[in-house]
Amino acid sequence: MNFFQRDIETMPRKELEALQLARLRHLVDYVDRNVPFYHKRLAEAGVTADKIKTLSDIQYIPYTTKADIRDTYPFGLFAVDRKKIVRIHASSGTTGKPTVVGYTKQDLDTWSECVARLTMAAGASEDDIVQICFGYGLFTGALGLHYGLEKIGATVVPSSSGNTEKQIMLMKDFGTTALVSTPSYAYYISEVARDIGVDPRTLNVRLGLFGSEGCTPEMRQKIEEAWNLFATDNYGMSELMGPGVSGECRERCGMHFAEDHFLPEIINPETGEVLPRGEQGELVVTTLTKEGIPLLRYRTKDITRIHYDTCACGRTHARMDKPTGRSDDMLKIKGVNVFPSQIESVLIAIPQVGANYQIVLGTKNYMDTFEINIEVTDAALLDHYGELEKLQKLVHHKLQTVLGLDAKINLVQPRSLERFQGKARRVVDNRVK
Amino acid sequence: MITKQISIFIENRHGRLAEVTDIIAKNGINIRALSVADTTSFGILRLIVDDPERLEGILRENRITASITSVLTVCIGDKPGALVDLLRKLEDIQIEYMYTYISADGGDACIILRVDRDEEAVHRLTAAGFRGPDKI
Ligand SMILES: [Zn+2]
Repeated sequence: MNFFQRDIETMPRKELEALQLARLRHLVDYVDRNVPFYHKRLAEAGVTADKIKTLSDIQYIPYTTKADIRDTYPFGLFAVDRKKIVRIHASSGTTGKPTVVGYTKQDLDTWSECVARLTMAAGASEDDIVQICFGYGLFTGALGLHYGLEKIGATVVPSSSGNTEKQIMLMKDFGTTALVSTPSYAYYISEVARDIGVDPRTLNVRLGLFGSEGCTPEMRQKIEEAWNLFATDNYGMSELMGPGVSGECRERCGMHFAEDHFLPEIINPETGEVLPRGEQGELVVTTLTKEGIPLLRYRTKDITRIHYDTCACGRTHARMDKPTGRSDDMLKIKGVNVFPSQIESVLIAIPQVGANYQIVLGTKNYMDTFEINIEVTDAALLDHYGELEKLQKLVHHKLQTVLGLDAKINLVQPRSLERFQGKARRVVDNRVK
Repeated sequence: MITKQISIFIENRHGRLAEVTDIIAKNGINIRALSVADTTSFGILRLIVDDPERLEGILRENRITASITSVLTVCIGDKPGALVDLLRKLEDIQIEYMYTYISADGGDACIILRVDRDEEAVHRLTAAGFRGPDKI
């Protein structure tokens, strides 16, 4: 079993929680003194550092939301002088301004340490040649993994995203052993490899470090089969730091937080109340050690559950389940609440369906329309015309029985769905709001 | 009597059939026979061409789902009742066909059939005096 910092990663929970409490008190004092926004918020709530006596006292601190970061665009939440900021990242806003974060030298060290931990927990080491197929730039994914993997001594190939045939050539020529990408791009590379006559299973890639978008167990299995690799997930978001917030160990029974740097909570997304340990709800994270842009109780919008028992790998740091969706992503279709991941689970279980599908929502006669476009990739379906119709009916029937939704199923040409080399665009919502 | 046929998935989108046939024409491949089956939402284009292997490669490069299957081509001549004779014969020898279409390339009318056991069908149809075209 490989550890980057065994002492910290296996620290008894009592000690770990004492460390978290000390850091939380320090943090409250730090933002109170250095961030006018928090000074005002904390004063309104009547919270000061010495009022925090136990970890559960955190509940008296108000939440921070993405809107708070946007409203103070670009540097309003920074806690240090701009001169101490050595790096800026930003996540693209779907509307308006991006969410901007800044890192001090110390923050970059912490970041690469957290990523180093999770990549070693996933099974990476200095023996690996790792190809990073995330787009470099303002996005935190690529550089986050990049520095963490260098820290453990792996050979990093910053190939970025795009130019998929060249990616495959590099994999072959360099003998790449590990792949960093989104799950959907990993699957896409395997499809392109087959198209150009390269069987991905014959390449050396044995480990997948996937992140930046969700991945259902079914999708993971498809990727593992396509590549003959061991797939692991990691989790993070630029507001909190980037990748490195949590990641899976070889047991793959949840993603271990770097709990000495991040304090997680689960809340009811509707009422905002803290839920008892073990319940499912929205993940809220406090950054315990960040200097550049520390955040108190940041609402991630991701729906998950946290486990606190010691993992079989020996790590004591809590583990989160793969998010089942984002409270933002939940779709209300014809009055039924569904996460896109639930639809994916149904589709991937049908062997003739490509892993690529798109959900298209619209409005007709003031009612929701719900259509699913499925790529026909299986040439065997073309022999009998009836096979295609049978497939259409099967998909319709499964969605009907599992989700109670009536969908119109469209069969489309492979690779005709809109596709990004980063995140797959699974849902197109054209509904009249 | 056995020929290779290409089946192509055609999405029901305006101009899609033209796109596919354009790719075929641009690559200098000759279509000898063609059938399109479609519903409102998609179709299957079946083709007999002069170089099916090359066409399959071209289609794959263009990310078009296609498959190659073997079909029978049987001459039915120009005389009335010839098609009926052939279909009766197939029934006699218990060969099931899934679809048929006509190729009239070069004068001699041929029927193209997708059957379940081609080797046996060839053998028995030849014995009954049917023949395939000289070239396709
Ligand atoms: Zn573990």
